[in-house]
Amino acid sequence: MKEFLLHYHYWVVVFLMMTGLYAVVASGNLLKKVVGLNVFQASVFMLYISLGVVDGGAVPILRPEVTVYSNPLPHVLILTAIVVGVATTSLALALVVRIKEAYGTVEEDDIHRRDEAE
Amino acid sequence: MSILEVVSGVLMLAGALFVLTGSVGLLRLPDALTQVHAVGITDTLGVGLIILGLAIRAGPTLLALKLLLILAILVLTTPTTSHAIARAVSRYRSRPWKDGQGRAP
Amino acid sequence: MTDLVLAALFVMMIMTALAAIRLTDLFAVVIMFSIYSLLAASMFVVMDAVDVALTEAAVDAGIATILMLATLVLTDRWERPSARLRMVPLAVVCLTGAVLLYGTLDMPIFGDASSPANTHLATYYLTESPGEVGLPNVVTSVLASYRAYDTLGEVAVIFTAGVGVLALLGAARSGRGGAAPMRDNPVPRVIAKIMIPLIILFALYVQLHGDFGPGGGFQAGVIFAAAIILYAIVFGVDAAAQVIPPAGLKVMMTGGVLLFAGTGFVTMALGGAFLDYDVLVRDPLAGQHLGIVLVELGIGITVAAVVISVFLAFAGRRRAR
Repeated sequence: MKEFLLHYHYWVVVFLMMTGLYAVVASGNLLKKVVGLNVFQASVFMLYISLGVVDGGAVPILRPEVTVYSNPLPHVLILTAIVVGVATTSLALALVVRIKEAYGTVEEDDIHRRDEAE
Repeated sequence: MSILEVVSGVLMLAGALFVLTGSVGLLRLPDALTQVHAVGITDTLGVGLIILGLAIRAGPTLLALKLLLILAILVLTTPTTSHAIARAVSRYRSRPWKDGQGRAP
Repeated sequence: MTDLVLAALFVMMIMTALAAIRLTDLFAVVIMFSIYSLLAASMFVVMDAVDVALTEAAVDAGIATILMLATLVLTDRWERPSARLRMVPLAVVCLTGAVLLYGTLDMPIFGDASSPANTHLATYYLTESPGEVGLPNVVTSVLASYRAYDTLGEVAVIFTAGVGVLALLGAARSGRGGAAPMRDNPVPRVIAKIMIPLIILFALYVQLHGDFGPGGGFQAGVIFAAAIILYAIVFGVDAAAQVIPPAGLKVMMTGGVLLFAGTGFVTMALGGAFLDYDVLVRDPLAGQHLGIVLVELGIGITVAAVVISVFLAFAGRRRAR
């Protein structure tokens, strides 16, 4: 039971990941797909940061009175990942705007129908 | 427990109660303008009280000064955003909500 | 007590994520996403990741939300509702979730100090970085010195995304930019005039204080861009384009990347490896500090320029009829 309690944060993170993935796969609206992708990304960040937590550890800013620190490596990786994530999101949103101008809609079914009609 | 801890605890508890009241208002009030009225006022006061409680707990240090600066920015920006939301809502709705109409969507 | 806070935050995150997926009003979906990112940032603070929390709050709860709202203005607000849950995606998602859960059974427990992730390289950085780099913030020293090459790649990615958005949407056009609905409203105007200098000052503080506390180039660039975006929202895109002309933004975008890579070339010319800051001045620790300051400045300039350019490109676009 204690084992499960100490593992439960993985379950929450996987549930959040699957929520975002469901939005990407199942929703027909392009903007909602982008939102789902960002929800997925944020939960992946939480997974990595939770791997770096150390019991009784402090923030990894070196101070003379602290001996145990949390792991700084996942922080560096996730910092990069967050900024790259927003770069891809901005590009995706620009594509959504152009698709709306070209097709008149951002619903995936209508876009497929318009493409097949041509 | 010293008197300072008790005072800060009371302030934080009062702040939390105000935020809770605002949330209840958000759920129960019928129209968007009334909801903005409830949440805008109680959020500023509630979060302000919580910050004051934390600042008292921090003592006369740099941390307390930073917390008071955050309080100043909060008092500046939360009413502004409430005003912006209320103005947008009042422009969007053609007729104001009247008693007995039921909840607006 | 930390466990209670974590559990409460988890519950709120699950609720906001489910709401963001199920709602059909896309405006509400974007705001739910913003709340979700702010809760994630609070989670990072509880997990001792303060740099990451600052970045997540500034980037996801600030910039990504603004860009999604700008896209919402240019496309439709309402999604076509489909009442049923789609079965095939649900099955795929459940299967993937089950496989992931099976994989996490072997992973270390929360807070394990002896897990493989927390023992090999992390202890080396924590013990050796005072002697080799000399900065209190270990995250900055790893980001800008030990792993500077990866950070150069990241700045290149941001630059590429900025170029891509400008290629897709074009720079700000002045046709639509004349609209400034909040300029005549005294409340946002006065508050914006008070807040914008404070925000820029805070951005400079975060940029230069990244060595001693949470901060650095990314957060500072995003906060500076947020000040300019606030100015553009209240006073109009035209006024913002006059304050920072789009041509100047293009120069800033490339200038930041050049500053970063140029520091590397200078160290190579001085005899060291690429991005080896020890050779910049006589004392290696002072050289590291100088190198990190220059590199973070390059990052901050590029990030600010890219975010402002992207926002002005979205805001200057006319809605398709």
